[in-house]
Amino acid sequence: MVFNRDKPYDTGMAAIRVRDLTKVYQVYRKREGLLASLAGLLHREYKDVRAVDGVGFEIETGEMVAFLGPNGAGKTTTLKLLAGLIHPTSGEAQVLGHVPWKRENAYRRRFSLVMGQKNQLWWDLPAQESFRLHKEIYRIEAGAFDRRRDELTSLLEVAHLVGQPVRELSLGERMRMELIAALLHSPDVLLLDEPTIGLDVVSQRRVQEFLKFYQAERKITVVLTSHYMKDVEALCRRAIIINEGVIKHDGPLADIVDRFSRHKIVELQFTGSEIPPDLDRYGTVTETRPPRVKLNVSRHQIPEILSSLLSRYSIEDVSVQDRPLEDVIAEMFINQQQRTKK
Amino acid sequence: MLASVRVNWIILRTCLEERLVYRADFAFATLVRFLPIVTQIFLWGAIYGIHTSHPQGDLNGYSYEDMVTYYLLAMVGRAFSSMPGLASGIARDVRDGTINKFLTQPIDMLGYLFWHRVAHKLVYYFVATGPFLLVFYLCRSYFSGWPDWLTIAAWVLSLLMAFLVGFLIESLIGLVSFWFLEVSSLLFIYMMINYFLSGHMIPLDWLGTFGDWVQYLPFKYLAYVPAAIMQGRYSHAELQAELSVECCWIVVLFVANRVAFVRGVRQYAAFGG
Repeated sequence: MVFNRDKPYDTGMAAIRVRDLTKVYQVYRKREGLLASLAGLLHREYKDVRAVDGVGFEIETGEMVAFLGPNGAGKTTTLKLLAGLIHPTSGEAQVLGHVPWKRENAYRRRFSLVMGQKNQLWWDLPAQESFRLHKEIYRIEAGAFDRRRDELTSLLEVAHLVGQPVRELSLGERMRMELIAALLHSPDVLLLDEPTIGLDVVSQRRVQEFLKFYQAERKITVVLTSHYMKDVEALCRRAIIINEGVIKHDGPLADIVDRFSRHKIVELQFTGSEIPPDLDRYGTVTETRPPRVKLNVSRHQIPEILSSLLSRYSIEDVSVQDRPLEDVIAEMFINQQQRTKK
Repeated sequence: MLASVRVNWIILRTCLEERLVYRADFAFATLVRFLPIVTQIFLWGAIYGIHTSHPQGDLNGYSYEDMVTYYLLAMVGRAFSSMPGLASGIARDVRDGTINKFLTQPIDMLGYLFWHRVAHKLVYYFVATGPFLLVFYLCRSYFSGWPDWLTIAAWVLSLLMAFLVGFLIESLIGLVSFWFLEVSSLLFIYMMINYFLSGHMIPLDWLGTFGDWVQYLPFKYLAYVPAAIMQGRYSHAELQAELSVECCWIVVLFVANRVAFVRGVRQYAAFGG
């Protein structure tokens, strides 16, 4: 199914421009115990938390970019700033030429924010009622509305569920309805915050496939935050890694493994059922399933290690792989946390 | 303009549909609200001693019949001005981040809440009109007849404005949650003040000198003024003055709501995911 383009897009310019964006929250520091609670009635101590600290980046029209980082890194705060939900402490941002926190209707008609943990549909009514309300709120022309609703419900395989109260839908069905509501007005920018959180594998894959298809067809600009690396790998070529409010990497997703991982995985299959006991001198044994074994080895030692292994043991099969993106990013965050603690 | 009317109409329609989902709970809650009316009539009967050998005549210018009619008319005023769940609902939405959808969609949150409340009231009147008419019919002997058309028109206008004053006060309390997050104590204090100063408990002209001060507050428009208008306690000239002042209060509260919303949104931290 092919989407009809109802609106022309600006091409050849950044859809999102962010410069030195900072958001500082004042957080109440409560000490432990009842006495501290009583004292807190008279005097409170606040701590400044820099959720986003001088962040800057540009996202071209039609790009799909992943925003990665551990919990509390500043990903969602950045999305909230881009959606105009919160005001920055300092810095600048422009999305489609608009300053988001001015919340002009002209801007709000051109983007959508989908938060995996938030429900925007009417809980007690069928999704079709929410869709109808969106049609009016976003002033969607009747013909375009019918066409888009039918296309989206058919693509996401929920056409038979639009008349069922939202509260009776499964989490996966509800998220697909949320996506439809977010896309009915054909936004130019889509901000997705953990869109597959809590979904089963089948629903996750369906949402992934849909987003990939829709973005390729419509060439909309998408910013995605997700803790599921499978989402990120399936959808994005560029990733911005943020931690403690600061951007740590902005570039191709493929570069992350090269840049942050000093190890590769060597998988060996021995001829017999025995596994030599001294493999740990080559690297860390991460998995043993005789006659197969996986070794985590330093990437610059791979040629000599392979040569040594092949000369010493009877090996039937060998492969060298990059470490999973998930492991590399997790290790990177852990290292950064340890450095901060020191 | 036409598009905005259409949006409001669809909001109203969708809210009406939503209100009608839990019909059993809604009908029960509406009917149960009539029980205090009956008990209050009995209470005033006991105060006036109508079943004793020495019943009271007038109390502060109100006979027992006047008091019953005042109370019934004040309840009609309250049916327009009370806003159950409005302030606490705004506070809950601010606390858990549900208001995000109002901030990201091209829709005015206060306008949406207004039409949501209109739907709430329309469904309430649909269910409550029958029982109200029954109570008024049973108490018809306490009424001294219909006032003139101008007074009736002023009464209808005062009820509509009571709705606006009630809505704007409660939404303003709800918007305070942008700063305090929790407004339940503030709301509790408002409910107590409102019960007393709106004339819901007793007519405001029973309060003596204190009542003179209360006249300068907007709470009287929530119950006392509509009831007093229908009881013919205002001359036509006083009606005009009273409704004009009420109009000014609506403007002041409207502006206060807008300012609180704009400033509140700047404070908003969008907690909860």
